[in-house]
Amino acid sequence: MNGGTGAARKIVLGFPLGWMLLFTLLPALVVLAISFTEKRLGAPPFTPLLVPGEGLLPDLNASGDNYALIFSDSLYIQAFAGSIRIAAVSALITLLIAYPMAYALARVRTGLRTPLLVLVVLPFWTSFLIRVYAWSSLLNSNGVINTLLLDTGLIAEPLPLLNTEFAVHLGIVYSYLPFMVLPIYAVLERLDWTLLDAASDLGAKPARAFFRVTLPLSMPGIVAGLLLVFIPALGEFIIPDLLGGSDTLMVGPVLWNEFFGNNDWPLAAALAMLLLVAVLVPAALVYRLARRAEVAT
Amino acid sequence: MDADQDRPLTGGDAPPIIRIRGVTRRFGGTTALDGVDLDIGRGEFFCLLGASGSGKTTLLRAIAGLETLDSGTITVDGDDMTGWPAYRRPVNMMFQSYALFPHLSVEKNVAFGLQEERRPRGEIRERVQETLDLLEMGALGARKPHQLSGGQRQRVALARALVKRPKILLLDEPLAALDKKLRERAQAELVSLRERIGITFVVVTHDQEEAIGMASRIALMRDGKLVQVGQPRDLYDAPSSRYVADFFGAANLFAGTVAGVTGGIATVDSGEAGADLRALCDGQSAGAAVTVMVRPEHIRLARARPAHANAMTARVGALSFLGSFYACELTLPTGKSVRARLSPLEFEAAGRPAQGDESHVWWEPAAARMLSQ
Amino acid sequence: MTRLFPLSMLAFGYAFLYLPIAVLMIYSFNDNRLVTVWSGFSTRWYGELFRNAQIGDALWLSLRVAAVSATASVLLGTMAAFAMQRIRRAAGRGAFEALAMAPLILPEVLTGLSLLMLFVMLSEAIGWPASRGATTITLAHITFGTAYAIVVIRARLSQLDPRLEEAAADLGATPWRTFVRVTLPLLVPAIVAAWLLAFTLSLDDVVIASFVTGPGASTLPIVIYSSVRLGVSPQINALATLLVVGVAMLIATAMLTLWRAERRSAP
Repeated sequence: MNGGTGAARKIVLGFPLGWMLLFTLLPALVVLAISFTEKRLGAPPFTPLLVPGEGLLPDLNASGDNYALIFSDSLYIQAFAGSIRIAAVSALITLLIAYPMAYALARVRTGLRTPLLVLVVLPFWTSFLIRVYAWSSLLNSNGVINTLLLDTGLIAEPLPLLNTEFAVHLGIVYSYLPFMVLPIYAVLERLDWTLLDAASDLGAKPARAFFRVTLPLSMPGIVAGLLLVFIPALGEFIIPDLLGGSDTLMVGPVLWNEFFGNNDWPLAAALAMLLLVAVLVPAALVYRLARRAEVAT
Repeated sequence: MDADQDRPLTGGDAPPIIRIRGVTRRFGGTTALDGVDLDIGRGEFFCLLGASGSGKTTLLRAIAGLETLDSGTITVDGDDMTGWPAYRRPVNMMFQSYALFPHLSVEKNVAFGLQEERRPRGEIRERVQETLDLLEMGALGARKPHQLSGGQRQRVALARALVKRPKILLLDEPLAALDKKLRERAQAELVSLRERIGITFVVVTHDQEEAIGMASRIALMRDGKLVQVGQPRDLYDAPSSRYVADFFGAANLFAGTVAGVTGGIATVDSGEAGADLRALCDGQSAGAAVTVMVRPEHIRLARARPAHANAMTARVGALSFLGSFYACELTLPTGKSVRARLSPLEFEAAGRPAQGDESHVWWEPAAARMLSQ
Repeated sequence: MTRLFPLSMLAFGYAFLYLPIAVLMIYSFNDNRLVTVWSGFSTRWYGELFRNAQIGDALWLSLRVAAVSATASVLLGTMAAFAMQRIRRAAGRGAFEALAMAPLILPEVLTGLSLLMLFVMLSEAIGWPASRGATTITLAHITFGTAYAIVVIRARLSQLDPRLEEAAADLGATPWRTFVRVTLPLLVPAIVAAWLLAFTLSLDDVVIASFVTGPGASTLPIVIYSSVRLGVSPQINALATLLVVGVAMLIATAMLTLWRAERRSAP
C-alpha cells in the first residue's frame, strides 16, 4: 500500500480504533459490570458496583444473584433452550429450501446469474420490520391465508397460524434465506462440474454422484450458511415478538421484557452476557472457517 | 547471430548508466537478491533472464524503487538512488500486467505521469499524442483499457512509461501476456523502438529465446545471484557452467577429465561417452575435471564409421520431424543418450536413419566446449 | 440432481421471498378499513398517510439520522479498511478485525442494551450525553454502520491490483496523489454502496433505536413497530409499500453500480 506520513497513518488507524473501543468494547464491559449489580429504585436503577472503602481503594460490591436467578428459574432456562432449538431447527429448514435454490443459481446461464442473485439478496436489504409485519398480516386469523381457505371451504374455522412457534420458524426462514443461499452458491459456483462427469464416467448414477461428490464439496458453504442463520436467530427479537405466541420463549423478548417491562437492568445485563457467550461460540467457528478459507486461497 | 554487431554494447570507457553494487534483498527466510554487482551501459537493450524465483523481477523493482534494499547501492546516471522514492526516480516501468488505470481513458493513462510533473496542458496534449502516434495508438486515445485488445494494452503501457522520457525504461515480462504470433512481432518492434528513441531498456524475461532475440547483453540469474553476464552468443556458445548450458537450449554434456592439451584442443577422458573426446580448450590443464558440451545442431550422423575425432557408434532411438529439422535421440554403448538436430539435408546424407538402426555420431572438436563447472 | 427440481425450488424460493410483500402492497390499495376484506381499489390510505404528521416527523428524523450515520460510517469504514491492510502483525490485525466485525454478530438486543447502559454511565460520569434522542441513535447507528461499511470497502480494496498504486508511484505520484488519483476513484463504487447500505440499515433499525432513544425522539421504525404491535393497519400497509419500493430501488441501483464497476475494472 502507499506509504503515507506517520501522522496520517496514526489518524487512519486511531480514529476508527478509538470509536470501536468506545462504542463496542466499553459498552460490553459496562454491561458485564452492571450484570453484577442489583436492581433498585432510582436513577440509575441499579446499585453501584464500587462503594467507598475504608482506605483509598473502593470496595467491590458485586453480586452473582442475577446469574443465580437465571440458572434456577425455569423461565430463563427455557428461554435459552427455546432460542437454541428454534434457531437450530429454522437453520436446518432454511438449508433445505436454500440448497436447491443455490444449486439452480449456480447452473443457470452466466448472464442470468447476477440479476437472479440480486433478486435473492434484495429482500434482505428492504425493511426487515416490514417483511415480518407482512407475514403477521398474512397469518392473522382474519388474514389473507385464512380468508382464502375459508372462502374455498377447505376449512370451517380459521387456522391458528399467527402467534405460534410455526410462525416464528417461518419468519426466521423467510428473513435469513439469503444468508444461506449466498455461501452455498459461492461454493457451488466455483465447483468444477467436470468432477460430476468424472463420477458418472466412473459409474456413479446422478444421485450417487450428488451425494458422493457435490454434497461433500459444498460442505463449507453449508456450514457457513447454517451458522449465519443460527447466530442472528439466536438473539432475535422482532420475529418472536410479532409472530410468536405467549408460549414461544426466546431470550430476545425475555431480555426486552426484563428491561422495558420490569425495568430490571441488572437482570437484563446478565441475560445479555449469557446471550453473548451463546453467540460467541458459533461466531468463533465462523471466524475460524473464514480464516481457513482465506489461507486456502 | 551476426545481428549482434548492430546492437549497442556497453561502450568501453563510458560510465555505465546503471551501476549496481552489492545489492541484497531478503524476504523473510529467502534471499531474493544476494550481493548483485552489475553495470548496464547507456543505450543497451539489457535482459535479466532467469527461472521464476531467480530474483530478476526483484532486481528490476529495486531499480524502479519499488523494493527497498537490505544492503548495497544502485546508481543511475551518477546519482545514488538510495533513499529516493519510486516517484522521484528518472526511470519508468512497464508492468507485466500493464497496470493500466481502469478508470482512466488511454489518453489520461498516458498523461498521468506528465500531470504529476505539472507540465503545461498544451505540452501534455502534444507529448501524449506524439507518443501514442509513435506506437500507432493515436486513434484509440478515448478508449478505456477494458475496451482494448491485449496487444493494444501493451502499447498503452509502453506509451505511458515512455512519454515521461525516462533515462531508463524497465520492462517486466513485456511479452508474456501476448499470444505467440503477436509476441514475435512485438519483440522486433521493441528492438526497433529502442533504436529510434535511444534510451536504455532493461527487460526481465524467463524465456531464453526472447532474450537471445532482443538483448545486447544478458544477465542470467539464479537464486538471487548473477550466473553469467555477456552477449547472447557468449552465453549460448561459451556457457560458464552446466546450468547456463542447459538454460540456453538443449545441450549434450559429458563429464570427464582432461588427459592432455595440444594446439588449443584438449583430449578429455570421458567415462560417460566411453571414449576420448576432443574439445576446444578454455585454459584448463591436464587432470582438471571438466564437462564437454556439444549443442544438438553440431552433432553429425553417419551410416559408416567416419574417420573423424569424436566418432562413436550409437543406436537411433526416438526420431521426430519438426518441420525445419529432425530431432533425433541416440544412445551410446555406455547408455548415455545424445540429442541431435539434423536439417533435412543432413538427414538424407546420413542415409535416412530409422529407429533401432545402428549408426555413428561425431562432431568437430571446435564445436565442443569445455565447462569447468 | 435433475435440473427440474432445483429450478422449481428456485421458482418457489422467489415466490416465497416476494409474495408476502406483494400481497401487502396490493392490500395497501384496498378501500376497506378491514385490511383483509377487499372492497375496491383506492389510494385513500396513501392520502391519510401523507396527512399523518407523526409519521412525517418520524420519517424526517429517520432520514436525518440515516444520512448522518451513513456518512460517518463510510468515513470510519474507509479508514478502518485501510488500517487493516497496513497492520502487519497477525495478532494485532486479528484483534482489530474482531472488534470491527463484532457489531455484525452481536444480537441487536445486546448492542442496544449495552449502548444504552454506556450512555447512562457516561452521562452519570461526565454529564454527556445530557439527554438521549437523535444524537444517541446516530452514534449507535454509526457503530454498526461502520462494521458493514468495512466489509464492503475492504472487499473492494483487497481486489484492487497493488500494481496500480506502484504504477502511479513509478509515474511520479506521491503517496497522497496516488491515493487521490488512483485508489480513491477505484473505491468510489464501494464507498457509494457502503453508504447506501449503512443508510438503509439505519432507516430499518427498530431494536437498537428503541433502547438508546429518549422521550420525544421516535424514528420511523419505532412508530411503525408500535403501530404494528397493535395490529394490522391499512395506513402502515401504504407506508410499507412506499418504503419497500424506495429502498429496493436504492439498493438495486447500488448493487448494479458496484457490479458494473467490478466488471469494468476486471482486466
